[in-house]
This record gives sequence, C-alpha cells and structure tokens, in this order.
Amino acid sequence: MRDQAAWQLDVRPAVGGDADTLVIVFGGRWRIDQSLPAPDTLKDRLDASVRRVRFDANELADWDSGLLSFVSEISKSCADRGIAVDGSGLPPGALRLLTMAQAVPEQKLAERDKGPQGSFAQVGTATLEFFRGLPQMLDFLGEVALSLLRLLSGRAGFRARDLWLEIEEIGPRALPIVSVISFLVGLILAYLGADQLKLVGAQIFIADLVAIGMVREIGALMTGVIIAGRTGAAFAAQLGTMQVNEEIDAFKTLGISAIDFLVLPRILALMLMVPLLTLYSGFIGMLAGLLVSATIFDIGVFEYYTETLRALDFRQFAVGLSKGAVYGAMIAFSGCLRGMQCGRSAEAVGHAATSAVVTAILLITISASIMTIVYYQLGI
Amino acid sequence: MTATTPHIEVRGLSMAYGEHIVQRDLDFVVNKGDIFVVMGGNGCGKTTLMRALVGLQRPTAGSVLYSGEDFWNAEPEVQQRLKRRLGILFQGGALWSSLTLAENVALPIAEFTRLPAARVDEIVAFKLALVGLAGCEDLYPAELSGGMKKRAGLARAMALDPDILVIDEPSSGLDPLTARRLDELIMELRESLGTTIVVVTHELASILSIGNNSIFLDSESHTMIATGHPQDALKNGHPKVRHFLTRGGDVSPPRRNDSSETA
Repeated sequence: MRDQAAWQLDVRPAVGGDADTLVIVFGGRWRIDQSLPAPDTLKDRLDASVRRVRFDANELADWDSGLLSFVSEISKSCADRGIAVDGSGLPPGALRLLTMAQAVPEQKLAERDKGPQGSFAQVGTATLEFFRGLPQMLDFLGEVALSLLRLLSGRAGFRARDLWLEIEEIGPRALPIVSVISFLVGLILAYLGADQLKLVGAQIFIADLVAIGMVREIGALMTGVIIAGRTGAAFAAQLGTMQVNEEIDAFKTLGISAIDFLVLPRILALMLMVPLLTLYSGFIGMLAGLLVSATIFDIGVFEYYTETLRALDFRQFAVGLSKGAVYGAMIAFSGCLRGMQCGRSAEAVGHAATSAVVTAILLITISASIMTIVYYQLGI
Repeated sequence: MTATTPHIEVRGLSMAYGEHIVQRDLDFVVNKGDIFVVMGGNGCGKTTLMRALVGLQRPTAGSVLYSGEDFWNAEPEVQQRLKRRLGILFQGGALWSSLTLAENVALPIAEFTRLPAARVDEIVAFKLALVGLAGCEDLYPAELSGGMKKRAGLARAMALDPDILVIDEPSSGLDPLTARRLDELIMELRESLGTTIVVVTHELASILSIGNNSIFLDSESHTMIATGHPQDALKNGHPKVRHFLTRGGDVSPPRRNDSSETA
C-alpha cells in the first residue's frame, strides 16, 4: 500500500538512449504543510553530464505551492547551468502557473545597502545625515521668520479659531500631567534640600531652594519636556499625516503658505502657553515644598510663606517665563519641522514624531544651558 | 497673448529623483478647451509630471509655459499668479482634514477674493451641489467615502473657476458608475466653462471616452512615445501604446527590448 500522506521524490536517468537526460519523479502528496525536501538536495545531481531535465508526475496525488516553489528553484538552478528544462511531465495546472511566474524576468533593481554597518560607518553616516539636515533646518527657520514678519505686517492669514483650538489643546489639557510632575519634583527638591540644610540647621531655607529652583529653572524645564512629548510629537504627527494625504501640497498649489496657515498658529500657541504652564508648574512645586516642610520638617506654614516671598522677586519670574517662551518656540519649531519634512508613509509619520521629540529635548537642553550661563553673567 | 500661444506648452522637460531619471525630453502642447490625458503604466512618472506642471516639484531641465510664461523661471509673484489659474484634484482628494467640506471649498475663495461671507457660502453651496454633495457642508473629510472625497476635492479645485483643471487619477478607487459620473462632470465643465483639463490616468474607459489629446509615458525608455488623440493612438500608434490601450489584447505584444529602448 502506498502511503498517501507522504511525498516521494526520485531522480533517475531517462529510460532509453538519452543518457544526458535526468528525470525527476514526484509521487504522493506535495503540499506546503508537509516537511518537503529542500531543492538543494538535488543540485549536486545537476552536474556537467546532464543536458536536459524532465519531470514525471504520474504518481503525484496532490500538489500546491510546495511543488511549484520546488520546481521553480530547480528550474533556476538548471538555467544557471545551461540545462534545458522540459516541464511537460508536470500536471497541466502546475505547468501553466510556472510559465506565468517565469513570464516576467527578474528585475534588476539598484542594489540596496544590506546588512549591518560597522560602527565607524554608522558614526560617519549619522554625522553626514546631521550636516545634510542643517540647511533644511535653516531653510525652515528662515521661512518661519518671513512668515512671522508677514504676520506682524498683517499679511499672513490664519484663522483665529485654529489658534484658539491649539491653545486649548496645549494649555488646559496639559494641566493634569504638569500638576503631577511639578508636585513630585517640588517634593523631591524639598526632601533633598532638607537633608543637606539640616546639617547646618537652616531648614527654613528649603523655601528659598524650592521657590527659586522651581520658578527659575525646573518649572520651565519640566514643562518643556512634558510639552515636547505631548505636543511636539502631536504637531509632527499631524503635519506628517497632512503631508501623506497631500494636504500640504494642496496648500502649496493654491499659493497659500502652509507655514502661515499651519505652522504659525502652532508656534504662537506654544510660545504663549508654555510660559503660563511654567508659572503654574512653579506654584505647584512650591505648594509641594510647603506641604513637605510643614508636615515632615516642622516648619510653620506662615514662616515658609514669608521666606518664599523674601526669596522671590520679579527677576526670578522673568527668567522662568523667558525660558518657558524659548522652550515653547523650540518645541514648536522641532515638531513642525519634522512634520513638514515627513515622507509619504505611515512609518515616516512615526519617525517624524519620534524625531520631533528628540530634536525638541536636545534644543531645550542646549538653550537651557546657554540661557543659564548668560543670565549668570548678566547677574540676573 | 495671441491666439497662437498655446495654453500650456512643455519644452524638453526632464524630471529625476536624485540619480534616477523618471522622464526626460517631454515636449507637448495643450490647447484651450482640451481634455489632455497623460497616460502610461504604473510607475512611469505620470504623477511626477503632474507635480512638475503644477509647481510642486522643480524639473531637472526644460520648461513649462502657461500662455507663454515660463513657470519655473518666473518670479515668485508671477508663479503665484499662474498657480491661481490652476485647480488641482489630488489622487486621494487631499481635503484639509481639520476643516468641514464647506470650509474646504470656502478657504481658497476667502483667501483670494473679497467677497462677503454670505456670497462665499452661496458659491460653496453651489459648487458642492454641482458635484452632488448638496447638504454635506458640515461633514468632515474623515466622514466621507472615497468617491465623495474625490467629488469634494473637485468642488474645491473648481472653487476659483480655474482656467486649467489638473486631475490625478480621477477614477482610481471608484466603482464604474461613480467613475463614469465623474467623467461626465469633467466633460460638462469643459463644455460649459471652457476649462482646459489635464487628466493623469491609466483608466482605459476614461482615456478613450473623454480625452481629445494625450501623451503616453513609457517607463522603460523614460520618455513619451506617443502623442495626439487617444483614438488615433489606439488605431495607429506605437505598438506599446496599442498594447496598453487594448489591455494587451492586440496580436503582437511588444518585446521588452524593442526599438524604443535604443532610440
């Protein structure tokens, strides 16, 4: 009895005088759900003595792509070795499909870079990539500056409603997350200060530390990082999707500046809202400091309050607000830049969003350092 | 502007992405009131040609002249003026997703005219009615089917009554009846408004029924291999063009390496 569940493969020389003809005999079931033999097992049989290959499928019970891919690979090997293939012994359906598969020759596409690069090559590529990106960045910066000038001279048009929508999305909706982060950072700051100030018995200065730290530096920095992740990524994804849908092209062909219409309201909204959120973040941080001082370190609420008032003056607020505005501009710039540079695929949109956050945080950190040094030198 | 100046004239136009040449040495003329079909197989550069025509992608060589004015060598102000003569329907409609249909159509009108809001609303309502979308003013693009998006895109492209309407793949993704209604609408625009229409398509039914002038872009030789009325191209054009226009049903399919490859 023949086992119908198994495949059979046999290779024999042709019967009769054709000594240079090899016959490949298929039998049983040739389906992909079975563990079929690899075509390579036959390759060493296709030596120089073979001039022709025929197939015999009389014993074949059942077949699907398993058989087709096997025969297709054999045919390719034969073509490479200059061996003629006679498919007439195959089932008619299989032969027709194989003929179709071979009708269009394999396309010679430009070689793509494959495989991992060495670490030196990677560093080189990344560096080149960065410098290639610089002109685009400056170009975009220039366009935004021109657009701002047009706005100031009353010639740039975007709809006031768009600005309000952005403001609502950026500001009020970010309050919960800004509250949580600022509160926790204020708390950490208070504990950290308490520990050190205890050594000199000056725990009341926790109030100074928290107030100046939050209002001057950390409030803006935390808000900047939160908004970069929240809004910068959203900007890049929104503009990137518009790029994919040809919506940006539709603006261009109408001669309406996409910068005026899409980028400007976003930049203005962020430059307005990040300073306000910074202010809010500072207050929440100080509230956390007060709570810790009063409950853990036995500092009176009123004491803490007067010490905070003594520590803060207008300059601290001005520094914090100016930093917030600059961070807002950096986030909007990165988000919109990466969105406008976006390619035309879903993957590109994801990449744009990631890249927007990375660029924004990088720019925030750089500008934070520069501003801190400059303010210190100016004695502000 | 004399009567002999063609509406659109393309001279020696070449387009490339980096090293990869898409199409080169394109020369053709589109006259006023033509329905000009840009045809060719997938990936032959039809859409790239469209982008060069409408000012989205600078060609590597050659020029595009609108009534004798060279678009790519013109001052930005002139380019703006020329762009305003064009209405473009993108493949997916390209409606602005944050705006309703009415706002989509109204935006170009509000941007470039000083009409009072009530007049703008009337024009918007009429344009939407023309494409069969009356009453859909307050829908957002995401709420529309593919066919509705295309029709809405057409309404927006016609918002400023352009001289020239450029349409990328009007019938792709539409069922045959919807596609035909869109074709009829395009014909009607030409008849009643005298709009010149450039259609980028590979839809045979559209090519043969609405086109009165055409070019065929070949993806192997990277240039145009036929020009003229699509029906003429079908009867006595280049074998490849006949092969294309008959869905490969003619007797002698052209070989991959025929004369045009070496020409």
